Amino acid sequence: MDVAIIGIGIHPFGRTEGVTGLEQGTHAARQALADTGLDWSDMQFAYGGSSAAGAADTMVSKLGLTGLQFINVSNGCATGGSALQSAYMAIQSGMFDIGMAVGFDKHPRGAFTINPEGSGLGKWYGDIGMALTPQFFGMKIQRYMHDYDITEDALVRVAVKNYRNGSKNPNAWRRKPFSYEDVAESMMVCHPLRKYMFCSPAEGACAMILCRADKARKYTAKPVFLKAVAVKTRQFGSFEVFSQSQALDRAPAPTVQASRAAFEMAGVGPEDIDVAQLQDTESGAEIMHMAENGFCADGDQEKWLQEGYTEIDGKLPVNTDGGCMANGEPVGASGLRQVYEICLQLRGEAGERQVPDNPSTGYTHVYGAPGLSGVTVLTT
Amino acid sequence: MPSIADQVPIAEGLFTWPSNDPRLLGSKCRDCGVVTFPAQSGCPACCGQDTETLELERQGKLWTWTIQGFLPNRPPYEGPETPETFRPFGVGYVELPGQVRVEARLQTEDLSKLRIGMDMDLVVEKYIERDGKDIIAFFFRPSDES
Repeated sequence: MDVAIIGIGIHPFGRTEGVTGLEQGTHAARQALADTGLDWSDMQFAYGGSSAAGAADTMVSKLGLTGLQFINVSNGCATGGSALQSAYMAIQSGMFDIGMAVGFDKHPRGAFTINPEGSGLGKWYGDIGMALTPQFFGMKIQRYMHDYDITEDALVRVAVKNYRNGSKNPNAWRRKPFSYEDVAESMMVCHPLRKYMFCSPAEGACAMILCRADKARKYTAKPVFLKAVAVKTRQFGSFEVFSQSQALDRAPAPTVQASRAAFEMAGVGPEDIDVAQLQDTESGAEIMHMAENGFCADGDQEKWLQEGYTEIDGKLPVNTDGGCMANGEPVGASGLRQVYEICLQLRGEAGERQVPDNPSTGYTHVYGAPGLSGVTVLTT
Repeated sequence: MPSIADQVPIAEGLFTWPSNDPRLLGSKCRDCGVVTFPAQSGCPACCGQDTETLELERQGKLWTWTIQGFLPNRPPYEGPETPETFRPFGVGYVELPGQVRVEARLQTEDLSKLRIGMDMDLVVEKYIERDGKDIIAFFFRPSDES
């Protein structure tokens, strides 16, 4: 049973004072319903989640107490992607015909605060100042730059591109493009990564309505088909956030596993993708994820960025909506934001940032603590 | 010099203490030989449950590093700095030959000298004071500063 996305909704990302995360989720859910002309009472099920803004299923008190199956999903940075995968399985299994995936969040300002013991680590790890995700991102790209001759120029180019794309996205948080110098001279946060190379915790929500592919055209003229969804966790030997030690022998990252599984499931390869959203927690992540997802060889990113291959008019546009850098990181919503953007691009509704020549195949990828990745392949 | 009774390790079982030559304590899987730090009862590589405690090498090479550029959130951070006195500090993975790569704070006089591949030595010393006791933690320091 193939699965289609027939309706999409979003609450603008960034900071919205006086509106709770749950209310933002409800806003996105209503917008997704309006996009299809369906009512909440038509939904047979929902999967939803946030990491810091409450239980998704409580939004039924606003949307309507219809008695549907509503399951909360909590899976770190893959929360939105996991809600989508759960919805996909619910339809693919034949149990339901139509339902919703929704993700939202609202984080305090500043770096994420980690509870080491809740992450399976010793309390000492936080006491001594190592329970910080930016350190991991700095250390992973530091080694990668050493191994594959990537320079700081590439880090700057990724950030400049993403903020430029964000400036063309009315739902993005950071709408002002940064110059090369703005990024290159911003404060060093975790060497070699600077302030404007990082995303920040933020707020936002996304929702989508999925149904059996054979019924999709009943609701929309432009269905987007979910050809693959894959979520994988780390294998022994991969270099992951919050690792008190690492094996001497490196294993492929969970992204590599999720990407391969998704391409196999969809029956397409990296060369078939017209537009991609790749997790850009910071510049280094986008660079490494270009290779981990199979789009280029390790070390080719320097050339790709110099030649503009990942720009909106390039051969593989990446993070056309500005990515996490321009949208911020509401953990529960980001994975669905990527899918939202691909749906807009494949429907030809991305406005000023529309990828030219009618893209027909898109790709999304999230990565998060403590080492998991979620990938989707979408087609018209 | 505080007496040994006033010195408490930051966590039990991370390193031999008290000791004149403290070592980090890892675990080695009796089935597949993989070494993990800190010591744990299950093997993350082969899923076996037969591990033994192993004293780790005290010298290794820096495998990767970064510099923590801002004061970490409290909690969980318990370092002694204030926003005014905070100075960036190094963090890295040190590869202990034939064993494992251990994540640790790096102690150096000059952060600009940090390089992948440089020789590093284990240091076990006072980190902070808490409840009138010295809290002892582990660090790595460039061998040419030891």
